[in-house]
Amino acid sequence: MAKESNFKNMLLTLLLICFGGSAVMGGAYLLTYEPIATAQQAKVNNAIAQVLPPFDNRPAEESYEWEVSGKKVTIYPATAEGQYVGSAVEAVSSKGFGGPVKVMVGFLPDGTIFRTAIISHSETPGLGDKLDPRKSLFSTQFEGKNPATFSLSVRKDGGDVDAITAATISSRAFCDVLDIAYTAFMDAKEKGGNHE
Amino acid sequence: MNKIKLILKGIIKENPTFVLVLGMCPTLGTTTSAMNGMGMGLATTFVLMLSNMVISSMARMIPEKVRIPAYVVVIAVFVTVVQLVMQAYVPALYETLGLFIPLIVVNCIVLGRAEAYASKNSVFDSFLDGLGIGLGFTLSLTVLGAVRELLGSGSFFGHKIIAGDGMLIFILAPGAFIVLGYLMVLFNKFKSKKA
Repeated sequence: MAKESNFKNMLLTLLLICFGGSAVMGGAYLLTYEPIATAQQAKVNNAIAQVLPPFDNRPAEESYEWEVSGKKVTIYPATAEGQYVGSAVEAVSSKGFGGPVKVMVGFLPDGTIFRTAIISHSETPGLGDKLDPRKSLFSTQFEGKNPATFSLSVRKDGGDVDAITAATISSRAFCDVLDIAYTAFMDAKEKGGNHE
Repeated sequence: MNKIKLILKGIIKENPTFVLVLGMCPTLGTTTSAMNGMGMGLATTFVLMLSNMVISSMARMIPEKVRIPAYVVVIAVFVTVVQLVMQAYVPALYETLGLFIPLIVVNCIVLGRAEAYASKNSVFDSFLDGLGIGLGFTLSLTVLGAVRELLGSGSFFGHKIIAGDGMLIFILAPGAFIVLGYLMVLFNKFKSKKA
């Protein structure tokens, strides 16, 4: 029934199957390349729109990377009718309980936090995942606060932030990510990376 | 009639989750909600149908000794295609299922059906077998996900129907085992009565 298992047959069969398989995958890649890029772009744009006041430019196309003390962030400047209205900063903290915590933070031009949105995290469901504004009001306490006068660490560590009960590590990670974003934002502002 | 039986066999008599107890890793890992379970089930069904068809049409040309690597390549191709399509058109679902999509390659249901059924039967029968087993897997995962979602977060397919937080343990790993155990008991009790 099956072909004889000699070297030539085995080699040819596997070669043909791999060749055909690669062709199929290559085709699928070409067909889905555009939609995947669009979907990812839409996700970023969505997050930016959530954390900043109304704008009419395309921040994702004007974004740039900024590095402060080894931490890399992506800054998306937003303008409305040519006027600079603030920047969204995408930052990651590695201090999460279950893995990295990735957050988009919207800053007004003076450094005040406008809103925040969680992009991804792997904190414990029911405890640490309360970082997500859909699950608890924890992250809303930062809205309208300026880190220059509002200490970004939990009360236990002497700061101004009310931590989530039973999720101090996740709360600390969130403060850490905001701090990274704020430091980078101010640094970029000082060194003229911004639109102003 | 015979063909319908072939599909039903995969759903009831040889249900991959509750009877054969195969593919436990995605079963336990992805069923935190009914929607996730169904997404995982449908992705696996798609791979099963296509890989079964292709393998049954090629089985006669593949030398005995290299059949497993050949099957794995075929399965991996379809999984990659599913992965790309999901990433493009249902990015939210792709993100929750994440790592489990590429892991369909090593799901023992898929390789098991290829080796046990598709390599010995006609293309059309293999397609129906893949469809049946796939639907059985999808139904089991959806039910498991629905029960866990209902108990754990008080909602059904994302719609909140019970106020409050729900019993958290059912969203976490231990809840998966508990619910799976009880569902398995119920399923087999029902099945043995019928037979």
